[in-house]
Amino acid sequence: MALNIQDVTKFYGSNKVLDQVNLTMQKGEFIALLGPSGSGKTTLLRIIAGLQFADGGLLSFDGEDITGTEARLRRFGMVFQSYALFEHMTVAENVAFGLKMRPRATRPARAEIGSRVQALLEMGEIGQLADRYPSQLSGGQRQRVALARALAIEPRLLLLDEPFSALDTKVRKGLRGALRDLQKRVGIGAILVTHDQEEAFEIADRIAIMADGRIEQFDKPENILKAPATPFVAEFLEGLGAWQNAGAGI
Amino acid sequence: MTAATVTHAPLHPQIAAFHRRQRLKRLALILSAAAFALLVMGLPVIAIVARAFQEGLAVYAANIVEPDTLHAIGLTVLTALIVLPINIVYGIAVAWAITRFRFPGRRILLTIIELPFSISPIVAGLCYLLIYGATGLVGSWLDGWNVQLMFNLTGIVLVSLFVTCPFVARELIPLMQVSGRDQEEAALTLGASGWQTFRHVTLHNIRWALLYGAILANARVMGEFGAVSVVSGNIRGETMTLPLQVQLLYDDYNATGAFAAATVLTLIAVITLVLRSLIEARHPHAS
Ligand SMILES: Nc1ncnc2c1ncn2[C@@H]1O[C@H](COP(=O)(O)OP(=O)(O)OP(=O)(O)O)[C@@H](O)[C@H]1O
Ligand SMILES: [Mg+2]
Repeated sequence: MALNIQDVTKFYGSNKVLDQVNLTMQKGEFIALLGPSGSGKTTLLRIIAGLQFADGGLLSFDGEDITGTEARLRRFGMVFQSYALFEHMTVAENVAFGLKMRPRATRPARAEIGSRVQALLEMGEIGQLADRYPSQLSGGQRQRVALARALAIEPRLLLLDEPFSALDTKVRKGLRGALRDLQKRVGIGAILVTHDQEEAFEIADRIAIMADGRIEQFDKPENILKAPATPFVAEFLEGLGAWQNAGAGI
Repeated sequence: MTAATVTHAPLHPQIAAFHRRQRLKRLALILSAAAFALLVMGLPVIAIVARAFQEGLAVYAANIVEPDTLHAIGLTVLTALIVLPINIVYGIAVAWAITRFRFPGRRILLTIIELPFSISPIVAGLCYLLIYGATGLVGSWLDGWNVQLMFNLTGIVLVSLFVTCPFVARELIPLMQVSGRDQEEAALTLGASGWQTFRHVTLHNIRWALLYGAILANARVMGEFGAVSVVSGNIRGETMTLPLQVQLLYDDYNATGAFAAATVLTLIAVITLVLRSLIEARHPHAS
């Protein structure tokens, strides 16, 4: 068991946006948080990242209680919806950032950082873009840089907030496959936030369907399709019929 | 294809007439704007320089190196050197607090930091005298410890801080509001500490706005008259900043000396203007 979320609750003022969320994730598993807009997906992901803190509940990773651990100490790689690339740094500098910020004792030597960055860029098929600035990249390329940057810190967990939402359908499908391959190759767990059913069903080992700050169902894609746990899930997945008939993995 | 090979159809007479009228209107507007600028802003500057050099370069130079004037220049520069760093740190801190945190009183703080802009500097000076002067609330207590805040450099620095503290903050706040937390949060998840995040991410995004605000604040510190004149005590050769010195020389019927000193202030203004437009041209979002 890698990540364990236990009764996490979050309020904005008097508005309860997460209501006793429970979620357990296995090592190396790919999980999708799927739900309509405003259901609390981003909030949950940010709480996992340590960018926000829950008002109640517990978070643990590999048995270690991380409920109150700062984001910078969690070593969870995060890909933001806006990518949040450092605009004043080149692609290579962006990817190297996490390694350069390490305290001297654990920081790799300069040459070592350089070769690791190059390897990551090659892995993301953006090796030739190393010296460009983010403003000179396409959306898909930016997304790859953001992913390489998150992976550079050798994260214990990968968090992705709608990483494909700004891209067109074709690019999106290509990147989806690339992300899945990369995640399996690196062998780390990943949590993907999305409101695109097709995306979730194609990429994830298990899907958590969220509505109004609660997890309605958390199961393998085929089980969810076979037996929707609540009327909400059944209704929410209605649009997926076409995907199912065409066969998974178009 | 080159431009020369492009042939235009003859312009419709109505359109041609329209263009003529447009050109005329534009010319009239530009001319009146230029004339106004020349009259209101250009002529005075020319007059200062002309008057300062009226009796020749030697007299001008002698007036500038006059010990009291030199001292005033030194005092003005010293004041700026003390006030600017404080202003920059204060500006960043306030902008950070306002744009990165939600706390009770945030709106009030946002209003209060603009206060120095809406208070007449002379009133500000009087307030400081009332509080920090030897008979004032804080001043009389400090007097018991033999500490005097007014009628010296400390007083000048204090009121200069007051009149210029909004400059940096008000440049940074709108910028930091739009540039958002995204990049900073990304840095945190990558393992950067708060200070590293500030140094490597935030500072880069705000540096031009910061410089812009600092330049405006500097111009104001060096040019401030009202507030400083109240708290400086006008001690000749001691607490006279450059603007005060100009006034003093003029009152002493030393017009050439006054205008010579004024050229230094004018020079600062021109440099400020040039730096400002350079920053605005290169980094339009800085202001
Ligand atoms: N900073 C905030 N202050 C107040 N309410 C907030 C804040 N951020 C989010 N909320 C509220 O919390 C709820 C959940 O928001 P969240 O961003 O987690 O939804 P989401 O599932 O990610 O939606 P989307 O698919 O649109 O990104 C929403 O009702 C939203 O209005
Ligand atoms: Mg969201």
